[in-house]
Amino acid sequence: MSELLNLNLVEASQALKNKKISSLELTKAYLKSISDTSSLGAYLEIVEDKAISMAKESDKKLIDGTARPLEGIPIGIKDMFCTKDIKTTASSKILENFIPTYESTVTQNLWNDGAVILGKLSCDEFAMGSSNETAAKGNVINPWLKNKKMSPGGSSGGSAAAVAARSALAATGTDTGGSIRQPAAFCGITGLKPTYGRCSRWGIVAFSSSLDQAGPLTRTVSDAALMLNSMAGYDQKDSTSANLKMPDLMDYLDKGIKGKKIGIPKEYTQDGTSEDIVKIYEKSIDWLKDEGAEIIPVSLPHTKYALPAYYIIAPAEASSNLARYDGVRYGARHEASSLDEMYELTRGNGFGDEVKRRIMIGTYVLSSGYYDAYYLKAQKVRRLIKEDFENVYKKVNYILTPSTPTTSFELGKKQDPLTMYLNDIFTVPASLAGLPGISLPVGLDKSGLPIGIQLIANSFDEPGLISTARVLEMSAGFNFIADGAAK
Amino acid sequence: MNDTSTLKPGHIQGETGIWEMVIGLEIHAQISSKSKLFSGASASFGSEANRNVSLVDAAMPGMLPVINEFCVEQAVKTGLALNAKINNVSVFDRKNYFYADLPQGYQISQFTKPIVGEGKIIVDLDDGEQTTIGIERLHLEQDAGKSLHDQHPTKSYIDLNRTGVALMEIVSKPDIRSPQEAGAYVKKIRSILRYIGACDGNMEEGSLRADCNVSVRKSGEEFGTRCEIKNLNSIRFIIQAIQSEAERQVDILEEGGTIDQETRLFDTSTGETRSMRSKEDAHDYRYFPDPDLLPLEFTENWVKDIKEKLPELPDSLKKRLVKDFGITSYDASILVEEKDYVDFYQQAANGRDGKLTANWMITELFGALKKDNLSFSESPITSENLGELISLISNGTISGKIAKEVFSEMMKSKKSPSEIVKEKGLEQVSDDAEILKLINLVISDNQDKVNEYLSGKDKLFGFFVGQVMKLSQGKANPGVVNKLLKEKLK
Repeated sequence: MSELLNLNLVEASQALKNKKISSLELTKAYLKSISDTSSLGAYLEIVEDKAISMAKESDKKLIDGTARPLEGIPIGIKDMFCTKDIKTTASSKILENFIPTYESTVTQNLWNDGAVILGKLSCDEFAMGSSNETAAKGNVINPWLKNKKMSPGGSSGGSAAAVAARSALAATGTDTGGSIRQPAAFCGITGLKPTYGRCSRWGIVAFSSSLDQAGPLTRTVSDAALMLNSMAGYDQKDSTSANLKMPDLMDYLDKGIKGKKIGIPKEYTQDGTSEDIVKIYEKSIDWLKDEGAEIIPVSLPHTKYALPAYYIIAPAEASSNLARYDGVRYGARHEASSLDEMYELTRGNGFGDEVKRRIMIGTYVLSSGYYDAYYLKAQKVRRLIKEDFENVYKKVNYILTPSTPTTSFELGKKQDPLTMYLNDIFTVPASLAGLPGISLPVGLDKSGLPIGIQLIANSFDEPGLISTARVLEMSAGFNFIADGAAK
Repeated sequence: MNDTSTLKPGHIQGETGIWEMVIGLEIHAQISSKSKLFSGASASFGSEANRNVSLVDAAMPGMLPVINEFCVEQAVKTGLALNAKINNVSVFDRKNYFYADLPQGYQISQFTKPIVGEGKIIVDLDDGEQTTIGIERLHLEQDAGKSLHDQHPTKSYIDLNRTGVALMEIVSKPDIRSPQEAGAYVKKIRSILRYIGACDGNMEEGSLRADCNVSVRKSGEEFGTRCEIKNLNSIRFIIQAIQSEAERQVDILEEGGTIDQETRLFDTSTGETRSMRSKEDAHDYRYFPDPDLLPLEFTENWVKDIKEKLPELPDSLKKRLVKDFGITSYDASILVEEKDYVDFYQQAANGRDGKLTANWMITELFGALKKDNLSFSESPITSENLGELISLISNGTISGKIAKEVFSEMMKSKKSPSEIVKEKGLEQVSDDAEILKLINLVISDNQDKVNEYLSGKDKLFGFFVGQVMKLSQGKANPGVVNKLLKEKLK
């Protein structure tokens, strides 16, 4: 069993194509993993029968030579993706019994390429959170420390925990301000947020439409490349989808970084950043230099305004996007004697505190009299942040930063919302600018928790991002497995 | 005291003097599109409830709007027909409010950057005068669904068929000064929309509705506080509602009161407006650009192509009818009111007496249709048949009097006029010999009257004409009868 779990996605795919293993045995191994690691709470829904039948189907294709790129690979899906005939709740009580009649474009792309679904993964409610503690069904546990219950990060906490715990060979996530990269960093795995527009948002429960972007959470950079190859693509059903063909990312794995310029922004080593992280960040810079990159100090002067701008724009859009959960057509409804009362009870009971907080903030910043001071100003800041990046990309090819200011924190230690929001401080700027970013594990801190480093590329330069991340990955040689992972 | 009977339309005589109305209209015109503004669901009218609802319309999680290009083209076409500025970049905004028939919790509309900017149209008034009304803007937006409150004692039902249907909101400047002008303005907009095919203008089915902003002031004063009357779906109601609302405001002001800015509804049973919601209860719509949609952008050339394909519009058509067919400007303005009229007229009048055709169409055909309670499209008389009738009159086959008889028969039987004339033997008799025979008969039957006439009683001439006509059953050519009688009775 453990040999099967030891294979990463690319290796498993090879083994499947060489008929050394079958998708059925691989899928069964992962289903067993899911049950072995169920105490982590990563899965909200397990679709065993569907997984088995898809695996059998894949095995037929593997035998008759019509295998597709992800043929037979068992993966988990963040509960923000609508999956046909499979409960999709966005980790919210308001959608607790919602079963879509349609399949999101991104997941459909994965099934079209042969992937096998294991189940739906927990996340922060409506992807709002950085610890996975806002999920209606409770938090997910980070598999790294056995003696302490640590946060897997959020919002894609279930996805990151499942990949780290080896209960999914890969998983999908969504990233609005860091929701793929931060949990990937906390769980010692790779998380890639593509350029805004790369992956269709059609069928993904919307949090903040101008920021939401789907991406893979995987064990390795090459796994991420293979997953994103399938997930990405132009979609007419999403007006913000980019009509650009993405080259096969697998071709860029071993391009190296000789002569490439890496920007080191001075604003990303702030006071609160943990010593261990700063240390390994400096080491990462050296590794890239050793591999032939030129290191260039740069400045992104508006970085400090990114977080406040994000916490205006994202809640503003969320307050409008979540208006549809009103108890009228689907989802939970509390019966009442008037329409207004029905709204109040349905939404009051259906949404958790963090979601309500953001709806309130969003409603406030869009209100007449406050719109100019908040929403409009935040949009101006967003433009300035974008310009910061545009200026820096005139001088460098990639930007290297820590993924998070700290490693994972203990669950249940109630943090105030503002402290929690600081978790996204290094990931939010790239989100506001719509740029692709990847977090990959490069080492452990003193307490044995993984540390993630982030690379940010220019728009639509996922190929270069993959080449650079691969170099860093090889140099770091991170090969630790979480204590709580399935064996 | 002034005599109220000489008041101009739009003026109200109060105790303190004459009040003037200031009116601005927001017309909501449903675009004649097969599918909705942002979804592929059918936009047809009259389907069973909730039949034309896509996942996008029902605002299912993760669904995204995609703009319907046909609708954008219709808005640009309309903008061009309203002589308005086309904005090559425009933005869709979300107008946020909660209501059971608004699935998304917001309406996608255009707030700060509409697709069409300022324009103007010429409006024909009943007295033959013309006035120019400014257009403030035109924007695209989604319609909401329908709440059905009368299906169940305690529950309301929701029909989402209309949800997401494409509307153009055409906002006038406050240039309108009387209910009649408002009516004429709506008629003109409707006519333009029908010409270009952007909207069917069907007010009964709700394809065209208007919100009227009404205030009153003393001549020369600043605008007063306005009230908005929502959702009027006939020109008659628009006229009634504005008149009644303006009178209400004058009554309040004359008693020393002030007007509250509010939204009102027109009660068609009482003919009066009543308060719907006050300014304080007005929603804060929290408009912001819809992040699911990119700004609408188009090139100068694309707009130019649409402009070149525009059909001839009523104003220029009217001028052409006057020039080509020699009809009066007044008749022409009636004929261009509807595209159907003008198409009918041009077919009927083609190669014939334009003036005579216009008279027959406007007086006889419109009159007969009204009497029989038929719409124009239900007319039993086709343009070919009316044209043929005009030819029969012009070439002397039948007299004008017989023509009326033929016309009534055409209304009844839908037969062609030549068929009717033939069947009934109604051809006009112009042959001298035949008419002389009749004249001789009349003379021999009325020898005493002939003597009186010859002895100087000239007035009797008409009697002889009448007798001959009667004998011919109206078919004798009156000109010939006159001429021959004169010769005979010399």
